[in-house]
Amino acid sequence: MAFKQILSRALRSRPDQILSSPSAFSAARAFSSAPITATLFPGDGIGPEIAESVKQIFREAEVPIEWEEHYVGTEIDPRTQSFLTWESLESVRRNRVGLKGPMATPIGKGHRSLNLTLRKELNLYANVRPCYSLPGYKTRYDDVNLVTIRENTEGEYSGLEHQVVRGVVESLKIITRQASLRVAEYAFHYAKAHGRERVSAIHKANIMQKTDGLFLKCCREVAEKYPEIKYEEVVIDNCCMMLVKNPALFDVLVMPNLYGDIISDLCAGLIGGLGLTPSCNIGEGGIALAEAVHGSAPDIAGKNLANPTALLLSGVSMLRHLELHDKADRIQKAVLETIAEGKYRTADLGGSSTTSDFTRAICDHL
Amino acid sequence: MAKRSVPLLKQLLSSSAAVSSSCSSRFTSHRSVTYMPRPGDGSPRAVTLIPGDGIGPLVTGAVEQVMEAMHAPVYFERYDVHGDMPKVPQEVIDSIKKNKVCLKGGLATPMGGGVSSLNVQLRKQLDLYASLVNCFNLPGLPTRHENVDIVVIRENTEGEYAGLEHEVVPGVVESLKVITKFCSERIAKYAFEYAYLNNRRKVTAVHKANIMKLADGLFLESCREVATKYPGIKYNEIIVDNCCMQLVSKPEQFDVMVTPNLYGNLVANTAAGIAGGTGVMPGGNVGADHAVFEQGASAGNVGNEKVTEQKKANPVALLLSSAMMLRHLQFPSFADRLETAVKHVIFEGKHRTKDLGGNSTTQEVVDAVIATLD
Repeated sequence: MAFKQILSRALRSRPDQILSSPSAFSAARAFSSAPITATLFPGDGIGPEIAESVKQIFREAEVPIEWEEHYVGTEIDPRTQSFLTWESLESVRRNRVGLKGPMATPIGKGHRSLNLTLRKELNLYANVRPCYSLPGYKTRYDDVNLVTIRENTEGEYSGLEHQVVRGVVESLKIITRQASLRVAEYAFHYAKAHGRERVSAIHKANIMQKTDGLFLKCCREVAEKYPEIKYEEVVIDNCCMMLVKNPALFDVLVMPNLYGDIISDLCAGLIGGLGLTPSCNIGEGGIALAEAVHGSAPDIAGKNLANPTALLLSGVSMLRHLELHDKADRIQKAVLETIAEGKYRTADLGGSSTTSDFTRAICDHL
Repeated sequence: MAKRSVPLLKQLLSSSAAVSSSCSSRFTSHRSVTYMPRPGDGSPRAVTLIPGDGIGPLVTGAVEQVMEAMHAPVYFERYDVHGDMPKVPQEVIDSIKKNKVCLKGGLATPMGGGVSSLNVQLRKQLDLYASLVNCFNLPGLPTRHENVDIVVIRENTEGEYAGLEHEVVPGVVESLKVITKFCSERIAKYAFEYAYLNNRRKVTAVHKANIMKLADGLFLESCREVATKYPGIKYNEIIVDNCCMQLVSKPEQFDVMVTPNLYGNLVANTAAGIAGGTGVMPGGNVGADHAVFEQGASAGNVGNEKVTEQKKANPVALLLSSAMMLRHLQFPSFADRLETAVKHVIFEGKHRTKDLGGNSTTQEVVDAVIATLD
């Protein structure tokens, strides 16, 4: 009896935190031809349809991935304090990669939000959003090609607020050396691995001297280890203005939590909105959870009208993390070509195709 | 033959002059309602002038020149303040308290050093709790976005700029963001009052209350309370990241925006960027007793060394801010003349500084404005 308890406790214990050295980021499994298991959270609303679309395209492209699907539960799991079950989280920890569709946050109290649960339990510390203009889908900006890397665990979003006296509220912004070093390391590693030339740290250290000052110090330390990559620091108001005037000035941006949130959404707006933007969350030990950041769009759920581009491109970034670059390039090329052609476009891009038509068009382009 | 062609030529020249004057008459000011001053209103008013750092002296010099050319009833009391001073000198504060109005260039804050920003200090000491930036498309200036006419009203004294930071243990730093009902209420009141007095239809509150539930929640509560007192003005709320996304794709949906301190900085600079750049947007800071006018959005208000050396800074923002100042001082006719002249120079496009795509120096733009003044 005691043995069973010990065994079950051992099975449920979390895997050791592997030192976050750059080598841990790449999965050595890419060299094996055995299928890689990945967790898939289809999500709510349009989630299941676009997840289906992604599975179909990956099958056609012969990507060696086996999906393990998990759904959000209908009641709160006491082990995670949210609607996500412990099994789902264990699955991501085991597989090290995952793809997540849009999840509607249930309204109510007494549970953590789903995104917060994932972030805290999987220790997802960096959010990476590659933003590039899609050829053929015209927005006011044609030459966007940048990557925003946002610290995801602390900063202004620590959630530590309290009312001092009636009518006076304090909110704490926390910056630690450890978290800043971690995200700066990842940013420079990413820049090197993807052939990017410049990393810009975004801050407001002229006003918040100690907090953003610490963040900058950590970035400078890491920059010294990568002399081939140019490093610069830009104040956030300058950055906002330069982004809307000339986004080609930026390459890789690394920033603390709040600025990252705002700037990454701003960049998404430059290229056409959240429906087209991929996103990937990196966790300790090389975990990567790619996700589509748009909403679940309950009004078009089930009608075969949804645009799977965001989830697809997120899947592509997941493949790149797994170092399956040739498959990633193939699928990305097919998606961009389909959109550039303009014959099959879903309603949000100004066309009238259904999800299945769009998916089939991409499969044809593979 | 030559005898007959001379009157013909004269007619042609006069008709072309008429055409060009009708073109410029589009920009001449016509006041439909006469402003009736009180006796003695025309006596010159003193205005504190702080040239500042970097391009500051250049652009404030531009304003001085234009004011003189217009014979505007203002005279400037100049004080030298630089960004690396530990605090704003008491004589400057006293001068502003006496004159009630100040015009200033940017003050450069040394990065990461122990000196707190003098711009922020000035605002806190004089309790200038509302910062206003007016971002609009200037006719004749090509931008990617049309129909932009946004006023960003930003709380100026608390929020993230409280300056309360400390190191908990080595490697862990905390910064306090303070939101009080008092400050949120008064900025909301100012925003709605501004909208009411300037015939604006909508006020949008920008927040991040889904994450910072207590802090931004308090801000929103205050805005909602004030909104009920102005039933004629539409009120809505938008989360700051969505707001930035909407600003770059559909800026025409925004009218007046009221925000806490940090978001206001970002939103104002983004809005200024989409409407033509921070070199042209006017703005100022106002409190219950004093007003300080400066270049609207804060990015680039000190410029960089190259621009300062080559004297190619853009004076338009400060000129338009000084027009706002003239209106604040109740000299509306001078304000109109100045604005019309500046807008005409921009529309013509012959004298534009580098940030607007041209190659003129500050002095050339100023001369053009003076020449266009009627």
